Amino acid sequence: MRGLQPVGPLWRAAAWLIALGVLAPVLTLLWLALRGDTAHWAHLAEYVLPHAALQTALLLAGVGAVVLFIGTGCAWLVSACDFPGRGVLHWALLLPLAMPTYIVAFAYLDLLHPIGPVQGAVRWLLGYDSPRDFRLPDLRSLPGAIFVLGFVLYPYVYMTARAMFMTQPAHLLEAARTLGASRSGAFFRVALPLARPALAVGLSLALLETLNDIGASEFLGVNTLTVAVYTTWITRSDLAGAAQIACAMLLAVVLLVMLERHGRRHQRFASGQRMRPMQPRRLRGAAAWAATATASAPVLIGFGAPAAYLVWETIKRLRLGQGVSPALLASLGNTLALAAGVTCAAMAAGLVVAWAARAMRAGEGARPNAAAARLATLGYAVPGTVLAIGLLTPALAFDNAVADALSLRHLPLMGAGVVLVVACSIRFLAMPVGGIEAGLARVPPALEQAARLLGETASGTLRRVHLPLIAPALATSALLVFVDAMKELPATLLLRPANFDTLATWLYAEAARGTYEEGAIAALAIVLAGLVPVALLARTQLHSPPENRA
Amino acid sequence: MTTASLAIEGLRLAYDTPRGPHTVVDGFALALARGDIGCLLGPSGCGKTTVLRAIAGFEPVRAGSIRLADTLLSSPTTHLAPERRRVGMMFQEYALFPHLSAHDNVGFGLTRLPRHVREARVVEMLMLVGLADAGARFPHQLSGGQQQRIALARALAPAPDLLLLDEPFSNLDGATRERLTRDVRDILKQAGQTALLVTHHDTEARVMADWTGRMHNGRLTAWEAAAQNRALADNPRHAIPPHDASRWQSPALD
Repeated sequence: MRGLQPVGPLWRAAAWLIALGVLAPVLTLLWLALRGDTAHWAHLAEYVLPHAALQTALLLAGVGAVVLFIGTGCAWLVSACDFPGRGVLHWALLLPLAMPTYIVAFAYLDLLHPIGPVQGAVRWLLGYDSPRDFRLPDLRSLPGAIFVLGFVLYPYVYMTARAMFMTQPAHLLEAARTLGASRSGAFFRVALPLARPALAVGLSLALLETLNDIGASEFLGVNTLTVAVYTTWITRSDLAGAAQIACAMLLAVVLLVMLERHGRRHQRFASGQRMRPMQPRRLRGAAAWAATATASAPVLIGFGAPAAYLVWETIKRLRLGQGVSPALLASLGNTLALAAGVTCAAMAAGLVVAWAARAMRAGEGARPNAAAARLATLGYAVPGTVLAIGLLTPALAFDNAVADALSLRHLPLMGAGVVLVVACSIRFLAMPVGGIEAGLARVPPALEQAARLLGETASGTLRRVHLPLIAPALATSALLVFVDAMKELPATLLLRPANFDTLATWLYAEAARGTYEEGAIAALAIVLAGLVPVALLARTQLHSPPENRA
Repeated sequence: MTTASLAIEGLRLAYDTPRGPHTVVDGFALALARGDIGCLLGPSGCGKTTVLRAIAGFEPVRAGSIRLADTLLSSPTTHLAPERRRVGMMFQEYALFPHLSAHDNVGFGLTRLPRHVREARVVEMLMLVGLADAGARFPHQLSGGQQQRIALARALAPAPDLLLLDEPFSNLDGATRERLTRDVRDILKQAGQTALLVTHHDTEARVMADWTGRMHNGRLTAWEAAAQNRALADNPRHAIPPHDASRWQSPALD
């Protein structure tokens, strides 16, 4: 990075302002908690927190076990073995990423309903007549939530584990074999310990998503901390109480982020050697088909079955001639508008932070300045509800003050959805910052030096040299933010203006009421949008390791 | 120590390519008596490493057979799993497990032994290669020469019937390489270890081996006693006493 010219004080200040903006909701929460309304604490500590914290802990433990098992198992299967369909399953195992947790819960509640298609088929097979004679265990339970969340969140572990297994040098496994270890011995004693840092990264990302989830837990009757925050604020209008529960969640977030950072620090030690990677072993006969079936199961459960259900329900609805209601179209419009607003805000902020951080690293006192960039990207770890509660207090204070002063009858920030856009931008800022930083790092410093010697300013160089060169990185980041904003549920639920529905909140309301009429159409639209980043991911993630091999 | 004789007959090895199998070794034959050190010489790509990998059980045999004493290791219809061959291997890049200490690397192949026997064996091996103090260190904390010696100790620890060495000195600088070549030979001879070495350095072959053969187009073109050559290489000025562990501690190695 030597030789880069530092940016002006304006860029620097802007970057720090954004970093502080990201921290603001968290600081607000801490302030609320420390200010200490002891009456609230006593009530929460006695009646709310123990139960919700236990449910959350059990949910995290269960989902953690499921994602580790499925993610690691499938990653090893497609890396170490060759079997029919391996080429497709390689990327298809990522598909559940396109399914938001609340949609998969929504779909399975209907699919596995006592009078739904699956239970009906099981009863028919076993020769029972009515749901009173035979029914499967209720999905609305903690094990049900673990099942649903585990099967859509395992790709985080699958992705990091597979990248690790595919770059592990083959000679390490061969050395283990010559020293008397069997195939499974070599996996458990060499491949798995070496992949541990990668597994920690994948696991922490999956658990942060679990913590963020509100729809699935609520539909399935699991009273997690997230659900407790939401109900404390929405049904009891108790902001201080909600803030205090949110603080308890922050503790879990800090632990998970520490786990992730720990994993990322140690990843280098295991993948540092670029040697011949292992060649998959061709399976034959029954073993080959068993492998195909095993690796297909998570795709079918986490994506295939719910997606097929949504398509089927959508077709049924459209063939009835009822079409799409104006309200649903309006929420589609709202969703696109919200996503566009969040994309613009997050891209602008991301560009400022990434550009400033890159130049700052070259200057003196680099460490504290680069920290601004790291702080700004922490939003991804903060659950949407926690972020929303943290923003509500300052936003409401500001809005009330302004409304009183100007005798307004509405809240200027909340009413216009500004707070919602800010919350989503904070949560998704890591994507543009990471994407743009990676893009900038690939621009040779000589290009910038040449531009500066030709008389261009730092900002002018950014506009005329860097931006055109990193256009693809910008487009990818923008697309990722857009789709994530479309899918966002927890923060949107809490911060949306009155009578403003997105597809996600529309679906949430339908599921909460137990009506499934147009929910499937909304869900299908979200899943189709969600497929775009998964396709991008599959292309970049799957093709890079094999190409690097040569 | 039980080390056995190696017999390879009519060996054919091939890689699968999209255009069908590509033969890299054909009609290869070799016999190595118990306790002898053999060496395959040849330029890169001549198939010598493939032969080694086939003996270890990592490549299928298309024709011919590989036997160790009375055991058939590989033939077109037989394939004994690598972990059941009692064949040790020292890899070109050493392949030390980065997540295990030097001590645990050496003990990796000894899990079936009772704990105290295993500990004694690890200590014995570390002393044999002159790294008794380095057990707690991790591979990235060892120099190239030290890594090589740990790799040798690890391969010897389970007392394999045959030790394979794949270009074991190629990652070392000239002076270290020359010294280690002699030391490794001494250790192998002291253990009575049957060993097969692959290299493209004539000097290494002369110093290390009892028998050398040159590979050309996937065949062994010559297989002859190297004793006379070695006598020349071991000229009186460089005469070295039989293996002496203290020499391992030479600072030149680190």
